[in-house]
Amino acid sequence: MILTKAQYDEIAQCLVSVPPTRQSLRKLKQRFPSQSQATLLSIFSQEYQKHIKRTHAKHHTSEAIESYYQRYLNGVVKNGAAPVLLDLANEVDYAPSLMARLILERFLQEHEETPPSKTVINSMLRDPSQIPDGVLANQVYQCIVNDCCYGPLVDCIKHAIGHEHEVLLRDMLLEKNLSFLDEDQLRAKGYDKTPDFILQVPVAVEGHIIHWIESKASFGDECSHHAYLHDQFWSYWNRFGPGLVIYWYGFIQELDCNRERGILLKACFPTNIVTLCHSVA
Amino acid sequence: MAAVLESLLREEVSVAAVVRWIAGSTQGSKDNPGEAAVLSSLRPLRKEFVPFLLNFLREQSSRVLPQGPPTPAKAPGASAALPGRPGGPPRGSRGARSQLFPPTEALSTAAESPVARRGGRRRVLGPARERGGRSLEEGVSGESLPGAGSRRLRGSGSPSRPSLTLSDPPNLSNLEEFPPVGSVPPGPTGRTKPSRRINPTPVSEERSLSKPKTCFTSPPISCAPSSQPSVLDTRPWGLGLPPGCRSLQEEREMLRKERSKQLQQSPTPTYPTPELGSPLPSRTGGLTDEPADPARVSSRQRLQLVALVYSSCIAENLVPNLFLELFFVFQLLTARRMVTTKDNDFELSPGALDSLESPLFQSIHDCVFFAVQVLECHFQVLSNLDKGTLKLLAENERLLCFSPALQGRLRAAYEGSVAKVSLVMPPSAQAVSFQPETDNRANFSSDRAFHTFKKQRDVFYEVLREWEDHHEEPGWDFEKGLGSRIRAMMGQLSAACSHSHFVRLFQKQLLQMCQSPGGAGGTVLGEAPDVLSMLGADKLGRLWRLQERLVTPQSSGGPCPPPTFPGCQGFFRDFILSASSFQFNQHLMDSLSLKIQELNGLALPQHEPSDEDGESDVDWQGERRQFAVVLLSLRLLAKFLGFVAFLPYRGPEPPPTGELQDSILALRSQVPPVLDVRTLLKRGLQARRAVLTVPWLVEFLSFADHVVPLLDYYRGIFTLLLRLHRSLVLSQENEGKMCFLNKLLLLAVLGWLFQIPTVPEDLFFLEEGPSDAFEMDTVAPEHGLDSMPVVDQQLLYTCCPYIGELRKLLALWVSGSSGRSGGFVRKITPTTTTSSLGAQPPQTSQGLQAQLAQAFFHNQPPSLRRTVEFVAERIGSNCVKHIKATLVADLVRQAESLLQEQLVTQGEEGGDPAQLLEILYSRLCPHGAQALALGREFCQRKSPGAVRALLPEETPAAVLSSAENIAVGLATEKACAWLSANITALIRREVKAAVSRTLRAQGPEPAARGERRGCSRACEHHAPLPSHLISEIKDVLSLAVGPRDPDEGVSPEHLEQLVGQLGQTLQCRQFLCPPAEQHLAKCSVELASLLVADQIPILGPPAQHRLERGQARRLLHMLLSLWKEDFQGPVPLQLLLSPRNVGLLADTRPREWDLLLFLLRELVEKGLMGRMEIEACLGSLHQAQWPRDFAEELATLSNLFLAEPHLPEPQLRACELVQPNRGTVLAQS
Repeated sequence: MILTKAQYDEIAQCLVSVPPTRQSLRKLKQRFPSQSQATLLSIFSQEYQKHIKRTHAKHHTSEAIESYYQRYLNGVVKNGAAPVLLDLANEVDYAPSLMARLILERFLQEHEETPPSKTVINSMLRDPSQIPDGVLANQVYQCIVNDCCYGPLVDCIKHAIGHEHEVLLRDMLLEKNLSFLDEDQLRAKGYDKTPDFILQVPVAVEGHIIHWIESKASFGDECSHHAYLHDQFWSYWNRFGPGLVIYWYGFIQELDCNRERGILLKACFPTNIVTLCHSVA
Repeated sequence: MAAVLESLLREEVSVAAVVRWIAGSTQGSKDNPGEAAVLSSLRPLRKEFVPFLLNFLREQSSRVLPQGPPTPAKAPGASAALPGRPGGPPRGSRGARSQLFPPTEALSTAAESPVARRGGRRRVLGPARERGGRSLEEGVSGESLPGAGSRRLRGSGSPSRPSLTLSDPPNLSNLEEFPPVGSVPPGPTGRTKPSRRINPTPVSEERSLSKPKTCFTSPPISCAPSSQPSVLDTRPWGLGLPPGCRSLQEEREMLRKERSKQLQQSPTPTYPTPELGSPLPSRTGGLTDEPADPARVSSRQRLQLVALVYSSCIAENLVPNLFLELFFVFQLLTARRMVTTKDNDFELSPGALDSLESPLFQSIHDCVFFAVQVLECHFQVLSNLDKGTLKLLAENERLLCFSPALQGRLRAAYEGSVAKVSLVMPPSAQAVSFQPETDNRANFSSDRAFHTFKKQRDVFYEVLREWEDHHEEPGWDFEKGLGSRIRAMMGQLSAACSHSHFVRLFQKQLLQMCQSPGGAGGTVLGEAPDVLSMLGADKLGRLWRLQERLVTPQSSGGPCPPPTFPGCQGFFRDFILSASSFQFNQHLMDSLSLKIQELNGLALPQHEPSDEDGESDVDWQGERRQFAVVLLSLRLLAKFLGFVAFLPYRGPEPPPTGELQDSILALRSQVPPVLDVRTLLKRGLQARRAVLTVPWLVEFLSFADHVVPLLDYYRGIFTLLLRLHRSLVLSQENEGKMCFLNKLLLLAVLGWLFQIPTVPEDLFFLEEGPSDAFEMDTVAPEHGLDSMPVVDQQLLYTCCPYIGELRKLLALWVSGSSGRSGGFVRKITPTTTTSSLGAQPPQTSQGLQAQLAQAFFHNQPPSLRRTVEFVAERIGSNCVKHIKATLVADLVRQAESLLQEQLVTQGEEGGDPAQLLEILYSRLCPHGAQALALGREFCQRKSPGAVRALLPEETPAAVLSSAENIAVGLATEKACAWLSANITALIRREVKAAVSRTLRAQGPEPAARGERRGCSRACEHHAPLPSHLISEIKDVLSLAVGPRDPDEGVSPEHLEQLVGQLGQTLQCRQFLCPPAEQHLAKCSVELASLLVADQIPILGPPAQHRLERGQARRLLHMLLSLWKEDFQGPVPLQLLLSPRNVGLLADTRPREWDLLLFLLRELVEKGLMGRMEIEACLGSLHQAQWPRDFAEELATLSNLFLAEPHLPEPQLRACELVQPNRGTVLAQS
């Protein structure tokens, strides 16, 4: 699913100020029936994360937190069963899971003697049953299961997707008889930066030499790609030479501009792989 | 001086005698006492003759090459000593010409720089280089300031100056008289090596009127952009303009204006390729190329004599720079026309012919005649030039016209030549690969150092990539763009060990990027070449060649360019400057010195004459390539070593004089040299390896500051080099002496060195020439490297790109264009794998056996020795790896099981890890002793086969078995030496790593670590992906929790399908990772709670919206079975009884407890939860705050569960008791 920048922008345009809910996703799928769901979700998620990063600070001022907390308290006093927290998050355009964390933190501050540690909060978010207040537990849980961009469940799904694609890639490499070292083996050898796979014998894809392959179970948009380039891909190049990145959910075509420099992008496992021939010509 | 020449012209003395005289040889003078008498009277002037001759010729040619490119002669201004007209005016303005550096020089450079800047991506010169070039030139102008102490008196100031002087030639530097014409001088302009050889003669009052004369050594104005950041000005390589430049700038400005006027008048004309022999049209129309006619040569005899003396001087290496003279001669050959002078017409009196009173070159015909005469004497050199130059020479119509014989020989030489020189640029940069052996954590003192270096590596390449992208953009500045980032990075290198790591990376990258492929097949990275050849390297090569043509760097340094950092080298130079870190510089010097010594001492294969031809050809190709790789690497390293080592001493200020100089000398002579180059040079000369040592030494010395040549230590080096230079007579080719091209390379690099501004100009001529031949007091090996044909044209031109200027001159002549000084000169640097460089043969053992082994190799082909050493080296290394993978790995496994035992016996804590480790060490390390035996066995087993496979089939059996045995011995020695020293440490390290792995894994979730079952054998991994399931279940959860639209819901079939899929996924473990399984477990528990509380909105008839009890029970059954059978991790079943999940029941009206009771009973029955556990959960449920009725029902439920655990039916009925109105519901269950 390789999109041009223009196509991508069209999709991104539809995502401005859309809450990260089940319903929004459904609408998006209807709007772009030709795109795969996974791609749309990935784009949605990344666009939303960008949005949150931009606006994150304003929700974290002490005034904002105080005002949210008061609204939450007032809401649950009126009706504890109503989706108070979720509505609040949607209303102020903030991720429900993050709003839940905010309120939970504030709540614990009020009820505990020591300020809550990150571990405690994370653990409560993963398992709201641990939250001492039943109403808040329900509210938090509701936020988490209704958030399709943030929260422990979403994190787990993303992690699982990443893992699954690595497994898929490994199978494909095995099937093609390409020997490789995986991340764990590389780490054991003391490599300081480790792509998913290093090919023990380089191959060529579309005329480009490939020493390593990195699997990315997401859509390659500008923002994430540049971050990956800086933190990972160039580091791999610096150590192992040119390589291949597979964005399983597609990428913006224009980003595939470093081929000559040694970073090749694909949206699937390459079909025409040229291997080193050992036969004597 | 001129007296000698005149005697010669009057045929009082013979040419041979003169040359003997100059060379300082007394031999032969007895033959002709008359000659001897004439010459001996002139003896004190002997040393001045050659400079005089060179300057004389330059001067004489001034009318032919009015704006000609500089052909500086290293001659201390002796040109003044000419017999000429009595009482001639002081030769003021003419000085400019005699310096061969006319003002148009600067002008053309200024005009061309932008063009050059727009050149191709891989252009030789970057702006940075221009900076370097400029500063050198400035250094020169500095030098020409009054008081340049050690310089000899010269010019009009010389007391020895005869009263006779030739009348003034036209003042060509005078703009009014000779406005610059549209055509730029033929030949190179650009950043030509400034000729401070012939410095301006001391200024007298009247001369101050003739302004332009001062121009010739000053920097082109375009090279002094004021945009340079001030930081640079503090550096030796980014100097500001020297004092006194202001007036120069003004002049430049004038010239530039003049130039632009000219350009407007003649809009870029195009040139038809001239027909052979026809006069060439000239750019400005009025000036046409004169045809040259042998019949119109004015004084053949005189020209012949001078040509002969001149040629002999060249042949005897009495001139500093062979190629400079050739360049000059080529200029004469391709001179376009004679400048007619207004005020000086040289009327020839009959008697003037044999004197110097009349000009030597009276016409183009004379020039060409002279040039051809000289060239005839140097056919051998010419025939060894590259094929392209030969072609141009052979096709030169003037040459054909004046000497058909020479032309014929050249044509034949061209046709037989295989010396195609290709100056291909290397492909884009490759990174130095990460090698765990040197780069992993074990090589760093701390985690912090390791991670810091990790970041630094990335920053380094980031900076490099940015430089690649931007350095050719106008206005981009290295320091501005990258300086602060580099310094920030260097600032992080705190530990000394980190510095050495970084320097290693830096040096490796330098070698990798800045060596060029020595023709085709050059390699960049270890495995790259093979792949490239598989993928059609031919095509790539063609592509590069095409690119080369398209993006030819247009700038060139002329025949004597200053030392520069072309291409990628500029990056490394600028990096060093921007980093400005003394620690870095010191580490870099250490590392460079070490590598230079290592490479210089490399036992390069020796040619053995016994080899048969076909075989040796193949060998020679490889050996030549290896030599080229080593030589080019050495030159690169030495250049940077020189650059860094002399960096602190180079400055913009003129060299010190007088007392100041003395004190500096006293101080500097105390400082030991960064690398003992003198010893290396002596050793190189003794071992007849000058061809390897001298070229890199020249690179090193080319960066010396002004004081260096005055230091005794370096003075000794220069003396050696001068003697070597003199001894390299090309015409002497003896058996066992140096090969022709080897000599040519040395002559070229030495000649270049002697032109470097910092080398005192009088050094060459003052140095007492050796009266006897250059004899090294040596017991030289029979076949030193010098006597082997290791240099070919490719290497010659790669090392000395300025030789290509010759071809350029000829090409310009052909094209008729005297336009840009576009060049064929591209600096290339072959690449290779660094490993091949580092593959130093291992030091063999001492003792008789070693001597025997050495002796064995002595009479064998070198390939045999290389093979054996290679095999031994590899097998030895493999042996260590093998031991590591077998013996050590076994020990590690033992350690792990021992550790498990310890953990079991000592309980969860397992005791103090350090103590544990010591126990393990003491039990395991003794086993390391086996390593030696195993290693010996391994080498014994593996080496012979490898040797056999690599040696020719026909190797005699005895030789083969000896070779095998030596290989076994060497490999064993290598492996055992390493093993005995390191095996214990290795075992300790590996065991420690394994233990910490185990202890870490021991950590948080032991259950998750437990034995995990994989998929069944028949599994085809088609189960739904875990991520898909989590997200599906999450959707159901979110629907249940709400909020939801009225039309949203789940079908019962979907629910069943979902739970079914969950089973499949759990059975296929292919894609399942522990976190995903944990979440699936949790989600399944949540789902069960929602089923129990009947909270899942069901699609269907509007009234229904609820799941049938039977269906719910079925689903719960399925889940229970999954929890029991399929989950391999823990399932948080206690969540079923968490207040939140039980509380879900509170919302349902009517409340239904039966499913919960059913679930609890099943949990106990299946052993998923204990009764006690459930009891505890129920107990804690009571503590929560519930609505009163709910609390009552809950209490009843728990009482029922606790009271009658084994009677399910009554429990259900008991529920009925609590909720009498739910009879129908119960009946359904």
